[in-house]
Amino acid sequence: MKRHSVRIAVIATAAILAAGVLSSCSSAAPTGGSTAASTGSKTIRVTLANHVWTDAIKAKLPEFEKETGLKVELSQYGEDQLSAQYNVKLNAGTNEIDVMMYRPLQEGKLFAKDGYLANLSTDVKSDPAWGWSDFQSGPVGSTTYKDKVVGVPIITEQEVLYYRKDLLAKAGLKVPKTMAELEQAAKAIKAQNPGVAGFVARTAKNAAVTQYSSFLYSFGGDFIGKSGKSAIASDAAKKAYAYYGGLIRNYGPANVSTDMSWPEAMAIFTQGNAGLYTEADSLYKNATDPAKSKVADTVGFAPMPAGPGGSKAYNVPSWALGINAASDNQSNAWKFVKWATSKKLTLAVQQAGVPSARTSVWANKAGTATYPADLAAAIAASTKNGIGHDRPLVIKVPESRDIVGDPLVVAITGGDSNAAADQASTAFQKLLDAEK
Amino acid sequence: MTATVAIRPTAWKTYSAWANRHRKWLFAAPAMIFVGLLIAVPLAWTAYLSVTDSQGSVRAPSSFVGIANYLKVLGDTDRYWPAVLRTFTFTGGALAAELVLGMGIALLLWRPFRGEKWVRVAILLPLVATPVAVGMMWRLIFDPNIGFANQVLRWIGIPPQPWLSGQATALPTLMFVDVWQWTPMIVLILLAGLTSLSEEPDEAARIDGANAWQRFWFVTLPLMRTTVVVAIVLRGIDALKTFDILYATKGTGGGSFHEVETLNVYAYGLSFDYNDYGTASTVLILFFLLIIAIMWMVTYRRKGNRS
Repeated sequence: MKRHSVRIAVIATAAILAAGVLSSCSSAAPTGGSTAASTGSKTIRVTLANHVWTDAIKAKLPEFEKETGLKVELSQYGEDQLSAQYNVKLNAGTNEIDVMMYRPLQEGKLFAKDGYLANLSTDVKSDPAWGWSDFQSGPVGSTTYKDKVVGVPIITEQEVLYYRKDLLAKAGLKVPKTMAELEQAAKAIKAQNPGVAGFVARTAKNAAVTQYSSFLYSFGGDFIGKSGKSAIASDAAKKAYAYYGGLIRNYGPANVSTDMSWPEAMAIFTQGNAGLYTEADSLYKNATDPAKSKVADTVGFAPMPAGPGGSKAYNVPSWALGINAASDNQSNAWKFVKWATSKKLTLAVQQAGVPSARTSVWANKAGTATYPADLAAAIAASTKNGIGHDRPLVIKVPESRDIVGDPLVVAITGGDSNAAADQASTAFQKLLDAEK
Repeated sequence: MTATVAIRPTAWKTYSAWANRHRKWLFAAPAMIFVGLLIAVPLAWTAYLSVTDSQGSVRAPSSFVGIANYLKVLGDTDRYWPAVLRTFTFTGGALAAELVLGMGIALLLWRPFRGEKWVRVAILLPLVATPVAVGMMWRLIFDPNIGFANQVLRWIGIPPQPWLSGQATALPTLMFVDVWQWTPMIVLILLAGLTSLSEEPDEAARIDGANAWQRFWFVTLPLMRTTVVVAIVLRGIDALKTFDILYATKGTGGGSFHEVETLNVYAYGLSFDYNDYGTASTVLILFFLLIIAIMWMVTYRRKGNRS
């Protein structure tokens, strides 16, 4: 009995000691933090995604450090790793991230709802010369949550048609302007060139949703109807599913995989193994850079072909910069955001090939001078008629993408996509109801 | 003042006597605290999350939902049960192949021969490669269009296969990769067992006129039983928990049709992709109980048979 109580005492002492160590650790952090907040740490910790934008900004960082005397500590991740990082760190309430590059349409609502993003409403209006009013209204809408500005859009994306000039010329065809012409061209290219696919695009359930969205809009549909109900089983949506899946199934690469995101699809196109390809314009450098692409000298760009609902591509802010609400260094973090999104830098970045969200940069001739002329024209068309989202606008975006993407892979593999759309619509409606 | 000086040695003596009597607890304490913090706390936290509807952020308010998550998961024939089936197919298939191959290779390496060292090193190579690198390598080899696997098939006149991208072929292909990587570990374990066997029973059987197969089946294998069970337990638990090569080759969700989604991949998706911490924790707790049950069955049966 005595031994037993001693044993318990030892364990209890150990537990108390451990708890003491832990609590001293956790109390140390805020103390250090508040000192940093009052003086403002000289180091800004910036987390960015792998992107052409990031490369361009990285090259300019020494200028910023020299101008302000601040030091930038940069962490860079691929998209999935970035999401996982944010999930773990922001969930734990970290103050180790000051500036964060995030996807307003993918995670924006979730992050804002959970209070991860600092309110920038006063910051963005503090300097008229920097020009918050210069940012396009669509992107600004998606970095605003409940009337509070929580991010500054840095990259916009529109879907365009990438095509091979030589293969179209060989088939004696013009650049497809309608969905019917697109299918005809895909068929002709596949028939004339053994081993070359007529058409390629993303095929992975989750990744394909954004690129499919322009097809959906051009067929006259949308993910969510005007009444707020699921619209993915509408006639227009069913036609769009069958069309997109059919193009890949009938005129796509042999043994087509249902795991392709943009790197895989882009590789097929740039290796010269496909004639037509619909993809985000912000990736165009991959196709026009001779170091990465075998078809750099023969690639052309056109607006999304028109369906029954017209030519309606998405026009979305794919990335934005936000400030971690738990950061102790918010005023210096804002200095970085302001610098990285300034007119001067936005122009430089756009000239490096990243479509921006600033009206003045698009109006400036120097802003589009480095773009292939047909790409600039295609982007202008998409921006004019564009739809401001490329995925369902919900909080649970990843789950909704899995649901609405399911009929796509069914169509690609030759299944009954209409039945799949009906089934997906029920699941999607359930998700919408749960979020109300 | 004098009083304190007089008491201190006694207090120290009492303490040191106490410490001496309980030294096994005292010395074990750091390790126990470490294990407690790093295993028990996360486990308890997961168990707690599994009875809440925690979503989006673990710091966001969540409410207690009792066993609702468990009922939801156990009634989910869309993702959960197929994932359970895949977990067992993957483990069972890979483990069986690894045991048969591993035993064969171990028997071949048992008797000394020339160049033995080199062969052993070559066999161990897959084991030391990092799983994600292995995943990427096989992903390239099995690429349906530019991969080496289909190139080989073309040379011998067989039509190209979808391999990792096929709905029906993805899981068997990954089982093959698992066999490729982990058979060496089984070989190592079994070889250690074989080397410790004494020669006499085998010799006796030989004198009695038993052929090679009979000597293996009736003499060597029964003597190797403990080693084989150890190999099954170690590799089985590891295979059940496989995540790296599945994620590296097929990503979150285990492919567009969830064709390689095992319990681990499913729980990862629920947690890191859907931010549905309640359901993810439920799946993990069920998975944990399942592994415990299997381990218990294997060790219990062993003890039962021995007595």
